Parts: sequence; C-alpha cells; structure tokens
Amino acid sequence: MNVVVCVKQIPDPAVPGELTSDHRLKRDGAKAILDESDSYGVEMALQLVDKAGSGEVILVSMAPNGEVSGLRQALAMGAARAVLVSDDALAGADALTTSKILAKAVERAGGADLVLAATESSDGYTGTVPAQVAELLGWPSLTFAKQVDIADGKVTIQRQTEAGYDVVEASLPAVVSVTAGVVEPRYPSFKGIMAAKSKPVDQVTASDLGVATGATGQEITAVTQAPERQAGEKIEDDGTGFERVVAFLEDLKVI
Amino acid sequence: MKIWVFAESENSNPTTATLEMVTKARELGGTIEAVYVGTDADAVATGLGEYGVSKVHAVDPQGGLVGVVGAAAIAGMVDAEAPDLILFAQTYDGRDAIARLSARLDRTVLTNGMSLAVDGDSVTVGTAVFGGTLLVDAKFTGEKPYLAAIRPKSFAAEPGGATTASVAQVGTVDAGRGGEAKVLERHVEEREGPKLEEAAVVVSGGRGIGEEANYGPLVDSLANLLSGASGASRAIVDAGWVPYSKQVGQTGKTVKPKVYIALGISGATQHMVGMKGSDNIIAINKDGEAPIFSVADLGIVGDVTKVVPQLIEAIKAKG
Repeated sequence: MNVVVCVKQIPDPAVPGELTSDHRLKRDGAKAILDESDSYGVEMALQLVDKAGSGEVILVSMAPNGEVSGLRQALAMGAARAVLVSDDALAGADALTTSKILAKAVERAGGADLVLAATESSDGYTGTVPAQVAELLGWPSLTFAKQVDIADGKVTIQRQTEAGYDVVEASLPAVVSVTAGVVEPRYPSFKGIMAAKSKPVDQVTASDLGVATGATGQEITAVTQAPERQAGEKIEDDGTGFERVVAFLEDLKVI
Repeated sequence: MKIWVFAESENSNPTTATLEMVTKARELGGTIEAVYVGTDADAVATGLGEYGVSKVHAVDPQGGLVGVVGAAAIAGMVDAEAPDLILFAQTYDGRDAIARLSARLDRTVLTNGMSLAVDGDSVTVGTAVFGGTLLVDAKFTGEKPYLAAIRPKSFAAEPGGATTASVAQVGTVDAGRGGEAKVLERHVEEREGPKLEEAAVVVSGGRGIGEEANYGPLVDSLANLLSGASGASRAIVDAGWVPYSKQVGQTGKTVKPKVYIALGISGATQHMVGMKGSDNIIAINKDGEAPIFSVADLGIVGDVTKVVPQLIEAIKAKG
C-alpha cells in the first residue's frame, strides 16, 4: 500500500514571524522546518505501510526556493521519496491553489491508496486543504482522524467531534486528515538522516503540473496592530499564592 | 445582499456558533437563509427563525458526513438561488463543507474570520495572525458566491427579526465518491459541566503540569469545582495527553470566558490568540518570564503542582 503525505515546510515558529511589504508571510526570515503538525501524518503513514507489509510513503510539498530541509526531516523518519513543487509564481497562493498543486502532485507521485495530511498548517492555518485536495481528486475526505485503520480496501477512522467521536468509513483511495498527538512521531536515526540525503526529490513547477497561477480571488486590504492587553498583578508564590487566587475569584463572584 | 449560513445543530437546536453568524448577517442586512444537513430540519428551523432566518434549505445527510453532503447540495443550488455570501462556522463539519464547496465551485475561501464587513457588493473578512498581534483584513475580488468561515465566539448571538422560517427540502444529493464516506457509529463522551466555548470559567493546562496523569487532578478538578470547562495548550495536545477538541489557540478553539485560568502554560503566541479575549486571566507558572504573564490580570509565579492542590482545598473549604 502506498501512502502519500502532504507536508509543509514552514519558517521555524520559534522565530517571531514577519510580513513582507505585500502582506505575505516572510518565508526567508527563518530556517524552514517540517511543520510539527505534519510529523503525525508521516508517522502514521510509516506505521500503516509497515502493517500492510509492502508499499512506500511518498511526500508531496509546495515550498519556495526549492526548499528541502523539512522534506529531509520526513525522509529521515523513513519516507521513500518526495515530490516538491517550487515556483515563484506560487508566492501568495491561496488554499485552493495550494490544493490544486497538491492534488496534481499526488497524481504525479503515482499509485496512492491513501493521502494523509494534518488538519491545518501551523503558519497559515486556513484549515481547508485536506478536503479541498479530496474534492479535486474526486475522493472521499475523512477529516479530524484520531485513529486510522486500513483493511479490505477500506479506511476506517475515529473522527473527532464536539461530543466525542464518530466512526467513519470509506473505500480507498481516500484523503484522511490526522489530528495532532495521535501517534508519537519517531526521531530519525543517524542512519535515517544519512540515507535521507540521497533519497529522490522530484522537483517540479506549477506549469509542469498544468496548474494555472495568478489571481486568487482575494486581496488583503489592511494590516493593523491588535490592541495589547495590559499585564496586571504578578506575585511570587511563597506558599500562600493560592490565597490571592481565592480572593480574585471571590471578587469576581465565581466562588 | 443574500447571505446563506451553513447551519449546524446540537439536540435539534441551532448551535451557538450558527446563531452568532445569523446575528451578524442580520446586522449586515439583506436576506438570510440557511442550509441545514440533518433529519430534524423542522425543529432546527424554528430556532433559526427566532434569529431572523427566512428560509431553510434542508438536506438529508444520507448517512454521510454533513459537510461533504452539504457542499454537494449547495453546489447544486447556487446557480438557481444565487447567494452572494455563504458563511460557515470554523468547526469540524463547517470546515469540511467550505473546503469541498470551494473546490467544487472553484472559489477562494477566507477562513478563521473574526470580523465581517459588507460595503455595497464588497465583503471583507478580518482575521488574526502571529498569535493575534496583527489583524489582517482581506476582501473577495472574484466571482460570487463568496465563501467565508467564521471562528466561533467572534460575534454575539442575539435573537431578533423573528419570523417563521420556511423549510424547503432539497432532493437527493450526488456527492460523488465523497458521499461514500459513511458514519457507522457515533460515540458521545460524557461531559461534566459546560462546553469549552460556552463556559464562564475555563481552566487550561500546559506542559508545566508536568505529566499526563496530572491533568485530571489539577486541571479537570479545578474546572469542575468552578463549574467550568477544561482546556489545553497545543503542547499537551501534540504530546497526546488530551484530545484535539480541548485545544485552545490558533489551531484550536477561541474562548472568551469570564475567567480563564492558565496552569503551567508559557503563553506561546499560538495559544494567546485563543484566550486573550477573556474578561479576566489568571496565570500560574513557575517561569516568571513566561509570556503568559504579559496578558494575565493575576499572575502567580509558582509550581502549579503545589499551588493548585492548595487552591482546590481552599475553595472546597469555602463550600
């Protein structure tokens, strides 16, 4: 079974973000890393392929400047190869354009039985890409999975809901989005890191995939500083700090 | 302007997030209609009518995912019905619906909306980036209908413009292979106290609680004692200590309780955007330099595993 994982390489969130003069996220200000949200999909894909006993994990990603450092992290975990779409014309692409690129990249990767993605990226967090990719591929989308099982050509997930979870099933191929924390991503071994350096990355452009770029149907009209909240009282706990909390809650008539 | 709201329900009542969007749509003016996927459309329509929805397009879920079936149903109606703007809540099903519809209609989406403005034919959606330190307004420039997703708690829900919403049943929907995803079972987990987004008191835990086993005795216990709900930072959701549904923050939920109590949460920007609209914030964290203290009305620099048990005992003692 072949599993394709959509992964995003994002500026290190530990470095404060910036916008460019045309209001886009500055992507060259910090080292690009694999979005931590995607590490769960990569881990789950590796486990599913392992369980199936054959097949491979293939990555698809869209990133500027031929960025591969985040891909290498996922390749070091055990993915076999990657398709990277890198094209200056994609700067400022909206979620739908990104999804068109990823859907075509999935087709280029070839032979996917399952596509995994995170529920949203940590930087742009539009939160629509997995289901958009599914619709573009004409496949079922099973979103917000906290457990994924494959058997008899079907995928069954536990889908997070407000009330608990639903068991949802569809036939393959399908797209599944995976919530964070549901598996423990492995640390790449030294051998894995070394092997990742020579794993194939198929780098293509939007036009190679036949996806039109340009107007997205949205335009940023204003960027303003949010009002800041003022800090209040701060005390060191000397063993009686809880009393101050009790008094605060009493003032608010919460207790 | 003709505004459609993708309505969701809980126990045959419209969800608060749905009513928040309807209230906002009323303020913007024009015709408000809803699309609802469920078998209890008549009951839900009654609740929607009290907030000014004039018509409900009711769709049979056909055993599928409501967002997927809903998107296919809307795609089949937009040519004839010509809505200008369709609003979805930034929820599990709302996100499915806006995403699949966007791809079907080839329309961009603006999501995570926290404000919404209409000026003639122009629609602007405001959202927050970098942990809520910057606010970004974006407008639609393409063809209608415009598709926007709104974060729950962005607007107040207030009844008004009461009417009797008519219910128009939409015929069988062909969602293609998307419709093959079927809901086999529903598991409802017992919840003590209010929902996270609706609670007057929210107690959230982060890495500073030390270990997974401390979440119950520290976070849940204090939340229950204050008739509140328990939440979490992304760090402990990523670590698998609590489910995604408890996450407060940019990639989680927005909460605006009367009191927000952050236990062992350092206050990454990703978390702050989800809670800094709270009326009052109390933070307990052993790192005195933690960013959470910059937004806290009351900050205790101390070990949550010591302070919280004392706090719980003191509140219990007050009865």
